[in-house]
Amino acid sequence: MHFVPHTDAEITAMLADLGLSSVDELFAAVPAALRLAGGLDIEPGLAEADVAGRFDDYAARNRPVGRDLVCFAGAGAYDHDIPSVVGRLAFRSEFVTSYTPYQPEVAQGVLQALFEYQTLVTRLYGTDVANASLYDGASALVEGVNLAVAATGRQEVWLSRGVHPQWRAVVATMAVGTGHRLVDIGLDDGLTAFPTGGSPGAVVVQNPNYLGCLEDVGAAGELARRLGALLVVVADPVSAGLLASPGSLGADVVVGEGQPFGAPLSLGGPYLGLFSCRKEHVRRLPGRLVGETVDTEGRRAYVTTLRTREQDIRREKASSNVCTNQTLMAVCFLVHLGWLGTTGLRELALRCARGTRYCREALLAVDGVEPVAAAPTLREFAVRTPIAAEVVVDRMAEEGFLAGVALGGEYGGGLLVAVTEKRARAEIDAYAAAFEKVVR
Amino acid sequence: MQPERRGAPGGRATSAPLMGREAEPTLFELSSPGRVAANFRSTGVPEWTAEELVPASHLRAEPAPVAEVSERDLVAHMTRLSSRQFSVDLGAYPLGSCTMKYNPKLCDDAVARAGLANVHPAAPPSLTQGWMALLADLETALCRITGMAAATLQPPAGAAGELTGLLLMRAFHGAAGEDAKRRRVLIPDSAHGTNPASVTLGGYEVTQVPSDDRGCVDLDALAARLDDDVAGIMLTNPNTLGLFEEDIVAIAGAVHDVGGLLYYDGANLNAILGVVRPGDMGFDIVHMNLHKTFAVPHGGGGPGAGPVAVTERLAPYLPGPRPVRTGEAYEWVEPERSIGRVHSWHGNALALARAWSYILANGGDGLRQVSDAAVLNANWLRNRLHGTYDIPYDRPCMHEFVASATNLKRARGLRALDVAKRLLEEGFHAPTVYFPLVVDEALMIEPTETESPQTLEALADALLRIAEGDGEDAHHAPRTSPVGRVDEARAARQLIPTWDAR
Repeated sequence: MHFVPHTDAEITAMLADLGLSSVDELFAAVPAALRLAGGLDIEPGLAEADVAGRFDDYAARNRPVGRDLVCFAGAGAYDHDIPSVVGRLAFRSEFVTSYTPYQPEVAQGVLQALFEYQTLVTRLYGTDVANASLYDGASALVEGVNLAVAATGRQEVWLSRGVHPQWRAVVATMAVGTGHRLVDIGLDDGLTAFPTGGSPGAVVVQNPNYLGCLEDVGAAGELARRLGALLVVVADPVSAGLLASPGSLGADVVVGEGQPFGAPLSLGGPYLGLFSCRKEHVRRLPGRLVGETVDTEGRRAYVTTLRTREQDIRREKASSNVCTNQTLMAVCFLVHLGWLGTTGLRELALRCARGTRYCREALLAVDGVEPVAAAPTLREFAVRTPIAAEVVVDRMAEEGFLAGVALGGEYGGGLLVAVTEKRARAEIDAYAAAFEKVVR
Repeated sequence: MQPERRGAPGGRATSAPLMGREAEPTLFELSSPGRVAANFRSTGVPEWTAEELVPASHLRAEPAPVAEVSERDLVAHMTRLSSRQFSVDLGAYPLGSCTMKYNPKLCDDAVARAGLANVHPAAPPSLTQGWMALLADLETALCRITGMAAATLQPPAGAAGELTGLLLMRAFHGAAGEDAKRRRVLIPDSAHGTNPASVTLGGYEVTQVPSDDRGCVDLDALAARLDDDVAGIMLTNPNTLGLFEEDIVAIAGAVHDVGGLLYYDGANLNAILGVVRPGDMGFDIVHMNLHKTFAVPHGGGGPGAGPVAVTERLAPYLPGPRPVRTGEAYEWVEPERSIGRVHSWHGNALALARAWSYILANGGDGLRQVSDAAVLNANWLRNRLHGTYDIPYDRPCMHEFVASATNLKRARGLRALDVAKRLLEEGFHAPTVYFPLVVDEALMIEPTETESPQTLEALADALLRIAEGDGEDAHHAPRTSPVGRVDEARAARQLIPTWDAR
């Protein structure tokens, strides 16, 4: 299946216009010795239906979550219902096949959607300004840490072990380039135990944390302020429906993973990184920012703004190399959250919390299953199991459940379990019964 | 060529372009207290109250204000916004360097499968064999296209790929005990802004290499900047002027001679598919913009995908985990000296899958045709504009070329920006303007291979017509779009980044 529209006759005519007789002559600048002889070692093109067949084969070799594999896994990727409006609206080709709004006069659709998205992120997080999104939660955290270090001039970063371990891993990868000094802050009974003195530039805490526990964000904020650091909070946007906002508790930068609104699990991407902060840091904001303005006739219009922060202008002096963002995922986020609305967001968070409590009580009733921490949880919780969590996951898959996510050694093992609004009481009961069977 | 006159498919959309001359209200203005679109499945889970579930000290006092609209209002709102947005599906989008080609619809459907979309990223490998096979197959194809040995699919965008590549460079030199010594990375003055920014974030210093009068790397200037403190060089080839670096073998030799590595910025890989491979040119590290070369839709500015492929000697440093086939099954394997993760999970998986569907549909033969037609289209258009627009580096180009409005500005005050805005009136998207920085009043034009000769003809006609126009008149363009020129200075001066900041 080829997508080049030119007929042979048209190609010949165009070449003639250029005084050429063959397509190869177009590549005269490529030294002959470098040319690839024999073409690409890739099979000939397939018809549309054959491509579909190949993808059927790949899909058939996965076990997606659904009725045959009921999902209790979370860990930053949650199995939420996605309303029909998301696919029908966000995937309109005007949103899908446009690019970064360099020409605002013909990009008001994307620009206004991003402006509304930015507004929603600040409303969830209690912050002043949000960018147009970053790649994923981990990249948002990296940028948040970079902002805090730049704002304070201090390269020491206190990173709670309650922050998603894979996000911390990305922060560590990037710290090799930036030279930040990362300090691992351990947990005490599920909650971050920060030292009381020191001189960090950034204090980073996640709420609810990786184990699902509710952290004392306000105390972390007071600590950061006393030490002259910025508080960077990683916050789940669904939990925002019930919890006091990080901004109201003293966070300077709030970041998160936007996947719960509009993005399917899809092996982890594309998702979107939520990034927001207090307005005094707006000139250090990474990535794109959309602002409201007017056109020549005074009509309301939107445009990407504070462009002088960005890499294409500041080049080696830029504090971020981010060029694009995840606009399409931000549009999905906007449509999903817009559909939920004010009462729907609260209801969603409440339903997740109810299912989580019901499931937690059911699992703790199983002989040999113990809580990892006593601290209150919201939409996710961790348990110690009589047999290795990895084995529990494997055996539970045979019973028709994705049981959760096995915790690494730094947490002393255990299983992380998430319950969303999708889980019915009967599913949770069946899950607990299967759990009892497999750990016996 | 004298194409038959029968309108201009895919190009001239002035008669049916964007609608809406009045501002669309925001979702927040459409809100009506108490209106609800959301509904939830019945679960039978006990209906505990928030106060019973969450300690009072953690609860928010008031619900987070989102918006209160009906589903019908939401649908109308988003649909009206979409009618204020230009897109490739609507018409030609010759935005240089961005490669706004048509995105085949079969690829949308290929990835829209529950067996791909509903797979949890933390599920054990026994449940994700299909995904791992798909990613491994894509990795193999990308290595064959670039002439590399192994790749990571994690980087979610081109700039993320650049930074990943620079960290690979660091790890490689570090293993040789040369991390402290090699402090500099060379970049041509025509490079994308992400290159120098990535170099800084990679912990290196930028050394700029000037272009020669042919628009390519100045070999003498390069030699003068090479020493054993150089970690490597980042090159785009064809470069951002759309010109092939003919001396690439000499450049590679010179950089390798001082122990440096060559980084290939794959922004322009779409020009050379099946023609020449970065590995054969001497590159050690290659990033690819799958959203450009392999037709992943740009989504209004993402998601993209920026895999990084490397030669054998750099493979041990790749980010992990990688899907690797061992016997009959795939496993996630951490490369032995991995620089670590660069993404929360495994990269923008659905975007990666989409690129793979595009590669499968085109095949090796079709990918070569992609580059052939992209280069043909660019040269044909360059030739048509020649004489009317300045073409500063006037020789055969690859997939794009840079014109300049310098002569038009001098003659009648018509700047590159005016040309861009006038083109919007003609129903086309504008080219990239004022980049690369080495050309004054730059108009960077990339027609891509998916525009037909008829569309190119219409685009050329429009650009030639615009060039004859009056600068003063053009300052008022565009006049047919939902809004006229926007006040960018005001947006920055009186910052309104949210509805609540008004």
